[in-house]
Amino acid sequence: MASTTPMTGKSDRSDVSLFLLFSRLLSILKPVIAPVTGVLSFLLFWSIAAQNINTSLGQFPNAGDVWEQFGSLYQEHVTEREKEDAFYLRQEKRNADRVAQDPSYVPKIRPYTGRETFPDQIGTSLITVMSGFLLAALIAIPLGVAVGLSKTLSAAVNPIIQIFKPVSPLAWLPLVTMVVSALYATPDPMIPKAFLNSMITVTLCCLWPMVINTAVGVASIDNDLNNVSKILRLPALKHVQKIVLPASIPMIFTGMRLSLGVAWMVLIAAEMLAQNPGLGKFVWDEFQNGSSQSLSRIMAAVFVIGFIGFLLDRTMLQLQKLASWDKKSLA
Amino acid sequence: MMKWLKGLAASSLLIASIITTTVQAQTEKLGWPEKEELTFGFIKLTDMAPIAIAYEKGFFEDEGLYVTIEAQANWKILLDGVIDGRLDGAHMLAGQPIAAHIGYGTKAKIITPFSMDLNGNGITVSNAIWEQMKPNIPKMADGRPQHPIKADSLKPVVEKYKSEGKPFNMGMVFPVSTHNYELRYWLAAGGINPGFYAPHKGDTSGHIDADALLSVTPPPQMPATMEAGTIYGYCVGEPWNQQAVFKNIGVPVVTDYEIWKDNPEKVFGITEAFAKKYPNTTIRLTRALIRAAMWLDENNNANRPEAVKILSRSNYVGADYEVIANSMTGTFEYEKGDKRPVPDFNVFFRYNATYPYYSDAIWYLTQMRRWGQIAEDKSDEWYFETARQVYRPDIYEAAARSLITDKLASSQDFPDFASEDGFRDPQTHFIDGIVYSGLRPNDYINKFSIGLKQGETL
Repeated sequence: MASTTPMTGKSDRSDVSLFLLFSRLLSILKPVIAPVTGVLSFLLFWSIAAQNINTSLGQFPNAGDVWEQFGSLYQEHVTEREKEDAFYLRQEKRNADRVAQDPSYVPKIRPYTGRETFPDQIGTSLITVMSGFLLAALIAIPLGVAVGLSKTLSAAVNPIIQIFKPVSPLAWLPLVTMVVSALYATPDPMIPKAFLNSMITVTLCCLWPMVINTAVGVASIDNDLNNVSKILRLPALKHVQKIVLPASIPMIFTGMRLSLGVAWMVLIAAEMLAQNPGLGKFVWDEFQNGSSQSLSRIMAAVFVIGFIGFLLDRTMLQLQKLASWDKKSLA
Repeated sequence: MMKWLKGLAASSLLIASIITTTVQAQTEKLGWPEKEELTFGFIKLTDMAPIAIAYEKGFFEDEGLYVTIEAQANWKILLDGVIDGRLDGAHMLAGQPIAAHIGYGTKAKIITPFSMDLNGNGITVSNAIWEQMKPNIPKMADGRPQHPIKADSLKPVVEKYKSEGKPFNMGMVFPVSTHNYELRYWLAAGGINPGFYAPHKGDTSGHIDADALLSVTPPPQMPATMEAGTIYGYCVGEPWNQQAVFKNIGVPVVTDYEIWKDNPEKVFGITEAFAKKYPNTTIRLTRALIRAAMWLDENNNANRPEAVKILSRSNYVGADYEVIANSMTGTFEYEKGDKRPVPDFNVFFRYNATYPYYSDAIWYLTQMRRWGQIAEDKSDEWYFETARQVYRPDIYEAAARSLITDKLASSQDFPDFASEDGFRDPQTHFIDGIVYSGLRPNDYINKFSIGLKQGETL
């Protein structure tokens, strides 16, 4: 850019101030330039690749197609909500008619029977992942503390953790499905089985990073702190409450952040395979539909999945910052 | 002891009174549904249309039924869903309730009060196979292949692959599916042995003595599996044959309309326990489905474009409008550009399509016996009795009669219930010219040159 500045023999002063202005601008833009270039070259690469990939469902979607699908997915959501309102109106009228004919009838409003739209599915996925994650945290943190405190327990539990940690959700899923069907056999379940299946699979997969990190955090507490506790003769529970938990909070949160990342990835796979409602099912259904828009809709879902994963990670990072006294340990 | 006896007497009285009241309700006026919130399953195929239409046109709601419709991943998951109660009812392959009843696969008492459609399937081969078949097919004056294309033209291709030691793999959607029997029928009529089952020896592959090896692939994955080269051809319902034409990956060679004109295809399946526990709900859902089927065939298919629009939504079949419309609106595209009129490719109501004929059930049983899925000999009476337990024209009749009473249908739309015995007249339109009469199943099996005959076991 500097070389294109016309050199018309003006005073040196204005040249210098121009240079200063430019360099200041550069220093402001610097953190932005790299990411923007990165995104732009990705878009360029994408559009070139898209033009050259012909699938049997038509050309691979480019950014414009995907953007268009966001619009139509939203439009479908709006239409579905209108249908939902009409559904409730019809139902009220039908209930009133029936009460008129059959006074003993106790009218009941049934939930909308239409399909889940894309935003609904995002909601379902988020609820499932958070429930699975919280359940895992409830189990993993106490277990991790216990393992960290006792060398014997640690030796006992370690082989189990090491074996289960690398297991893919897809291996757990059939077992979870069968066990849930066997144990949760109520005729009119409050919580749908499909939800339980994906939630428990998520729990099983994101348990381990939390257990391990909590245990490491607890085990590596400074000896001085332990000695203080001994001198004060703190009872076991007080020791955990006053010394262990505060000291290992940074590690616990690191574990939780790792786990949440795992949970989100696992959920999509579980929903896809088990046909549980959510984003994973959306992707699978579109693949099965094989319409000319399917690929762009899947691509739209990929971006949403990525963006939500990113947001979840950032949220955990903020929580970690809030809860942690040791700012140095944060990356 | 006395107390217990008294309780028993009271409860049996109560049961008796319930039974008499329900019977009365049926003969007088149809009662309110016992269960109002229902979940129905389906597979992404155009012949699920009656369920989608009954929902979208409000026919279910007119009966006071609030129905949720869920796509299922494959036929096994769908059947298991109905058996374990996750689904109240489903779009099923006609063979599924029958096979469940006789215990081939999962044993369960599934019944069908409603037959969903006639025809609607096709057999597609990959482009490479088509090129090799084409020289063997007689041409019409305009140069296009003469229909129906028989498997005779495929036979040299299969023999070539066999002599090279390459297995000739083909896909069908389920071991007891119409598609399996239709593909087998077509292949066998052309002298290609599709192989036998021997469940009593633990062999359920269906590959014994086979020239062509048939295996299961879920319908929506057929085109992709053929494109990947795993199978050379398949038999499936729509839109997955037309999809192959649109994607330029294969050529539909024959429709099931040409293999057996007006063959029964899907049924609506529920458990026997459901029908007993919720008799009014059962009749009411049958009413809604009958109305949907009537709507689909009304005024010479006038509503079909609207139906296709509904089916192309992503929560139903989800394929492109053009792909679904290609077969649903009275035409069928064979080789690219070779679009021919097949007005009865999908029949939902005409020709008493929805009436659950015993003879339809018996045809499936004869094919199960022919290919060894039923391993040992059965008497004609056994065929009749099995059909009677699975197919329930009594429920259909109650639903149809109440529709006539409510002036939602006229009696000409239905078979004459007073004289109907549940057996269609002997059917003559098979690709190999063999006549089928449901009244003599064992005689029928003996007519085939390839297949197990009366008295034969593997």
